[in-house]
Amino acid sequence: MISKKSQFLGYRRENGRVGVRNHVIVLPVDDISNAACEAVANNIKGTLALPHPYGRLQFGADLELHFRTLIGTGANPNVAAVVVIGIEEQWTKKIADGIAATGKPVKTFSIELHGDHDTIMQASKAARELVQWASEKQREPCPVSDLWVSTKCGESDTTSGCGANPTVGNAFDKLYGLGTTLCFGETSELTGGEHLVAERCRTPKVREEFMAMFDKYQAMIDRHKTSDLSDSQPTKGNIAGGLTTIEEKALGNIQKIGKLCKVDGVLDKAEAPSGPGLWFMDSSSAAAEMVTLCAASGYALHFFPTGQGNVVGNPIVPVIKLCANPRTVRTMGEHIDVDTSGLLQREMNMDQAGDKLLDMMVRTANGRLTAAEALGHREFVLTRLYESA
Amino acid sequence: MIHFVVHEDGDSVGTVVVEGVKGGDKLTGWVMEQDKTLTLPTISAVPIGHKIALKDLKKDDTVIKYGVDIGRVVAPIKAGEHLHVHNVKTKRW
Repeated sequence: MISKKSQFLGYRRENGRVGVRNHVIVLPVDDISNAACEAVANNIKGTLALPHPYGRLQFGADLELHFRTLIGTGANPNVAAVVVIGIEEQWTKKIADGIAATGKPVKTFSIELHGDHDTIMQASKAARELVQWASEKQREPCPVSDLWVSTKCGESDTTSGCGANPTVGNAFDKLYGLGTTLCFGETSELTGGEHLVAERCRTPKVREEFMAMFDKYQAMIDRHKTSDLSDSQPTKGNIAGGLTTIEEKALGNIQKIGKLCKVDGVLDKAEAPSGPGLWFMDSSSAAAEMVTLCAASGYALHFFPTGQGNVVGNPIVPVIKLCANPRTVRTMGEHIDVDTSGLLQREMNMDQAGDKLLDMMVRTANGRLTAAEALGHREFVLTRLYESA
Repeated sequence: MIHFVVHEDGDSVGTVVVEGVKGGDKLTGWVMEQDKTLTLPTISAVPIGHKIALKDLKKDDTVIKYGVDIGRVVAPIKAGEHLHVHNVKTKRW
């Protein structure tokens, strides 16, 4: 049973945040720097490259989101140190400076005037020093209130709404009372239940901000849709699993915020929260995009309830999978960390299921690899707002 | 054995949580919020995770789950029948 006295073993970073992993990452600013980053990560064992497809000719809010996401990823407390590589100096420096503001070591390289080979050599030398430095970092006991936990559900079915999602809600209700920092999102997926989320907002101002974000996302969908979205949201996997309408999916989704948590504030995509509590982040309902945004916002752990079996992971954040569907647990067991199928057979109650998840949270925080980590799922997916120039 | 779960009293649907449900079965259901049980005969097969109607529904009726409106009936449904995208649609998009 979790309480104010509960502790975990974490890495305390220079800025006071606590991480549950100790990654050294090689971060490309742009798509054409991926090759150099991958070569460095291949040279220096124990580092991780995060290749991605964007970073050139973006502008406006879309470019700001790109910077915020890359800076936030490097700044995440699960990351000990960062090597940043970009094609040209200025955007590369901007991202490196943003990460270095946390106090952690950051080394920066740009390919123009040097070429891949020289860049790879210099960056590999830096990466070696960083990974050896990071390997001496030790975990120390930290209070549970130092944990930042996000949640998103994926490939949901009806067992999500009755089982796995309310389990997260039960865990969130318990964590909320301990002063932790929590996050949920998936803006379009609240459709049909947005009034229920609005009711949970702590102040009229937060309620207004939440509804503005929700309405803006609806307007975007209305602008671009060619059907009633029954091909995409709910997904074919949701429908095969028994979810019939977006309203039904939304009600199941909302179970994740429990019964006691208030929504204390709203966040733009990849924006960091300003204090403890439950935060709503405007975000895609696509699994890898949303987990990437939460990681960029600073969340160190992720609860991912699934019904049909979503297999997503993240390079720097452990994604804990829980599932209440007995068929999924049987056929895709290698992906599941917490089996809550006993809930729907009345073999455990919601409190027991919530405690089971919190127990796995502490074990994961202390170092236990999630199934997604062990299976090598490292999906790093940037959210775009519109076309590049 | 629990064959289907109902989120709360007043819902018009239950969710099948076991595999192999066929027409003509007699199912035991569990209403989770109120923690009580009920029985229901089926009139069609219902795959695991799919919904079963707890009462007869007419075209344009509202389907209630979690105590709220989750969609519109587009073809008549009988109690014990499979309820899904062929007979219920969203009201939102």
